[in-house]
Amino acid sequence: MSTQVTEQETETEEQSSHQRRRLEEKAERAASRDRMRERAENDLDEADTTFTLKVFRYDPEIPEKEEPRFDTFEVPFTKGMTVLDSLMYARDHYDSSLTFRHSCRQAVCGSDALFVNGTQHLGCKTQVVDLGDDGGVPGEIRVEPLPHQEVVKDLVVDMEHFYDQMEAVEPYFDADELPDGMEEQRQTRENREKIKMSSRCIWCGACMSSCNVAAGNNEYLGPAAINKAYKFAMDEREGENRKQERLEIIEQEHGVWRCQTQFSCTEVCPKDIPLTEHIQELKREAVKNNLKFW
Amino acid sequence: MSQSYDRGLVEDFGRWREFSAGMWAWVFHKFTGWVLVGYLFTHIAVLSTATISAEAYTQTIVGLESLLVIRFLEVGLLAVAVFHILNGLRLLFVDLGVGLEAQDKSFYASLALTGAIVVASVPTFLAGAV
Repeated sequence: MSTQVTEQETETEEQSSHQRRRLEEKAERAASRDRMRERAENDLDEADTTFTLKVFRYDPEIPEKEEPRFDTFEVPFTKGMTVLDSLMYARDHYDSSLTFRHSCRQAVCGSDALFVNGTQHLGCKTQVVDLGDDGGVPGEIRVEPLPHQEVVKDLVVDMEHFYDQMEAVEPYFDADELPDGMEEQRQTRENREKIKMSSRCIWCGACMSSCNVAAGNNEYLGPAAINKAYKFAMDEREGENRKQERLEIIEQEHGVWRCQTQFSCTEVCPKDIPLTEHIQELKREAVKNNLKFW
Repeated sequence: MSQSYDRGLVEDFGRWREFSAGMWAWVFHKFTGWVLVGYLFTHIAVLSTATISAEAYTQTIVGLESLLVIRFLEVGLLAVAVFHILNGLRLLFVDLGVGLEAQDKSFYASLALTGAIVVASVPTFLAGAV
């Protein structure tokens, strides 16, 4: 009996010390939040130019955010500021729950494709000054998650379908046969030039999100996946058999033929890949593959 | 991930101000295509009057042409047909992979040329009716 009592006592003691620490941490966080807010006020006072960031908010786990809405943040403009920078500013100074994907901040990882002022942009590659009407800082920037993908939280969308489509074209180098006695598989300069642009894809999903056809047809491979298929189908080192297999994937009903040449994907691609051109070339390849004149 | 939010068609026609040249070309091409298909069907109604008699057919045509609204509709029909032809040529080049970097300019060119041809046709179509 007596041991039990002491156990309980230590437990409550432990609990209270835990609780104390938690409360202290909480108070510290609140203080740091206030400090950041204060700093933001100072920044806003000192800044020559400020702009309003209007951000889409949604969180199914928080009752106040279950209904999607827009939050506005006043952000001081600094030279060279990108849309991602401004989002990070808002998150660090105003609302630490503001959620968006980002990693490398230099247009390589492809995490932060966003719907900025009604067009797909890579947040880290889009300068705030480029969004103004006359090359100046715009009054307001509207940032939304990529359209045609389901929103998980704030600016984070579910990319699963996009990745499924990318996997569908078997996006990896897979040669029919490996050369004997050589460790390297050399590619001609010309062939390398041909697939150079297609190899720049960073899987950000901007093209897929901009595509009107992909929006209405979930079976359509979409520009990014077809571009991947192009990269490997056009690679001369893979051999005829593999190319044939690749063409069979892309010439299916929901492959290249669904492209309606609206050029939306080509216009939004942050890596300037001529997507429509690649899709059209694969269409011609598919026709040539099936036309027989004898 | 317990739940997600489907924003639906964000880029619906309500965002038409943000459409790019390629998108407009597609919208116009579909629209003109359907108008031309519809016009094909009107042939059945008009041409079938010839099965009654030659006079009935002539009368129908003269009757239609005497209506001012028909004259204006003919101008519209020419506009639709010319744009569909010119943009069709543009799409042919797109399919061949020729001049894809100028696809927006060729769309504006086909619009401008359509406008010019339609304006030039107005005196002919409206002759005697206005």
